[in-house]
Amino acid sequence: MYRYDEFDATMVAERVAQFRGQVARRLSGELTEDQFKPLRLMNGLYLQLHAYMLRVAVPYGTMSSKQMRRLGEVARKYDRGYGHFTTRQNIQYNWPALVDVPDILDDLADVEMHAIQTSGNCIRNVTSDQYAGATAEEIEDPRPYCEMIRQWSTFHPEFSFLPRKFKIAVTAAEHDRAAVKVHDIGLRLYRNDEGETGFEVIVGGGLGRTPYVGHTIRKFLPKKYLLSYLEAILRVYNLEGRRDNMYKARIKILVNSEGAEKFAEMVEDEWAQIKDKDIDLPREEIARINDYFAAPAFEKLSEESAALEEKKAADKDFARWVRANTAAHKAPGYAIVNISLKPIGGIPGDISDVQMEAVADIAEKYSLDEIRATHEQNLVLPHVKKEDLYTVYSALKDADLATANIGMVSDIIACPGLDYCSLANARSIPIAQRISERFADLDSQEELGEIKIKISGCINACGHHHVGHIGILGVDKKGEEFYQVTLGGSGAEDAALGEIAGRGLSSDQVVDAVEKLVGVYRERRQDNERFLDTYRRLGAEPFKEALYEAA
Amino acid sequence: MKAVTANRLEDGVVVYLSNDNDWTSDLTKAARFENDDAKAALAGAEARAGEHAGAYLIEVSDAGAPSGRETLRETIRKDGPTVRLDLGYQAEASS
Repeated sequence: MYRYDEFDATMVAERVAQFRGQVARRLSGELTEDQFKPLRLMNGLYLQLHAYMLRVAVPYGTMSSKQMRRLGEVARKYDRGYGHFTTRQNIQYNWPALVDVPDILDDLADVEMHAIQTSGNCIRNVTSDQYAGATAEEIEDPRPYCEMIRQWSTFHPEFSFLPRKFKIAVTAAEHDRAAVKVHDIGLRLYRNDEGETGFEVIVGGGLGRTPYVGHTIRKFLPKKYLLSYLEAILRVYNLEGRRDNMYKARIKILVNSEGAEKFAEMVEDEWAQIKDKDIDLPREEIARINDYFAAPAFEKLSEESAALEEKKAADKDFARWVRANTAAHKAPGYAIVNISLKPIGGIPGDISDVQMEAVADIAEKYSLDEIRATHEQNLVLPHVKKEDLYTVYSALKDADLATANIGMVSDIIACPGLDYCSLANARSIPIAQRISERFADLDSQEELGEIKIKISGCINACGHHHVGHIGILGVDKKGEEFYQVTLGGSGAEDAALGEIAGRGLSSDQVVDAVEKLVGVYRERRQDNERFLDTYRRLGAEPFKEALYEAA
Repeated sequence: MKAVTANRLEDGVVVYLSNDNDWTSDLTKAARFENDDAKAALAGAEARAGEHAGAYLIEVSDAGAPSGRETLRETIRKDGPTVRLDLGYQAEASS
């Protein structure tokens, strides 16, 4: 894992001290709210319906046990005993007092954490594949590149006042768990026909009120040019992106109004001027950052564990959890463990202080001290020995963290919605809870296989509804909550935006509607088709018919 | 009828302007205004910018409950998240 050097430590400490002064001046009345708001937003502090909200960065979703433990302590000491993992692999606290925030940031800085780049019109915290460094699917660990981007983008003077926020995601695996095609910039590391590794550069994807799947503007970018090429893209955007209308200010609008080809040309022209001007890191620096992410010393184990097989045979629930929540690891005898933060009827992404500490303890003992957050609002223990799986499962079960539903119909992304958020038009969480309860039975969930339901409480789409196999968008109709269903979206390598199924549904109707959609799939699926495959094969019609049949 | 609401500066919690021109956490104790009086009350609250992070007017019924188009949003602000009845003012009321 990356460790702060003296520059990182100084930068974060100075930032906290600076913000402490700004908070004091706001409290004394020296600063007005209008003056203070941009300053607090630069430090991840929002104002929501009930209180302030502090969003803490988890760069590329990677945390140590010590950091997770501290997140739990912060939840208990300053908040209401819980935190909420977000679709950008970050964590938010929903109840911090303004007067406590400088102390919270100090406590976080002690464990090399902060709230920088979690808000405002800057390059936001970079996201990545939660299986990075653990999956055999990837050609190399993408996190060193994420870290290079983090260092380059943090407080980048030229890019601190962009037209709008800017999100970058990086993956190095064929199966895209980082949703790179729906980011401002998505980077896919792959090996070309000549055997060299480099990035496919995808630009202009995004959700929100004008959703787009990104365009590939460069098929292959040699790795050494990563930063200069990103700088060229950001320069074109910073100059040409619209600033007159915040709804048209994201890079996706620029890319799609210019056309991807023209935009690519503009980037190439800019890049030609800067590519050899020392923006890219020297070889030694790249090597230094790479060293931080060197694979841990995995023990030499045999791929199969007799103890594991025995336990699976003896404990049906454990066997199910292994099937649903673990994934193949690159090292023989190891597994990747997913921790679902979607208990049946629970609040997606929420985790208590006690649970955070439990995860920290388990990771310290059984996952080489590493934890990941996922953009689907779950956690991952990346390096667990197969022979330890039963112990890990038991410990997670004791902490109410062993729901075996990863990727299934109850593994729902939901934004905080109108229960917390001042932008929301409708509630999201209660819909997620009711769907989860309707499909509670784990046997039938497993039988249904992968179904991704994503729920947003407003058009800003923090719940990624556009890329849900089934997407649900909350809207306000004359003061009443209504829900619009979209079908056939995907945020993975087969990225697509969902199509609107028809008129909005009331809160009472929406759970039945999901059941009807799943019913069509259950009836019409062939072989091992996923919901999405069946939808793509059959088209929208049978699903729409079921939804709107004379009720 | 209208009331003035805001989030208190130091901790962000929801407050309402009371009859004695202070802030209260209890909407039923909020001062209620009609038309121009409401605008004047809001202007007065806005001038006290050191006490809150932004004030605005909400519609309230005669009984002092949120009403009108933003009823749900203001009910959630008044009580707390509907998915966590142990949090927000609703928690204090039931304990």
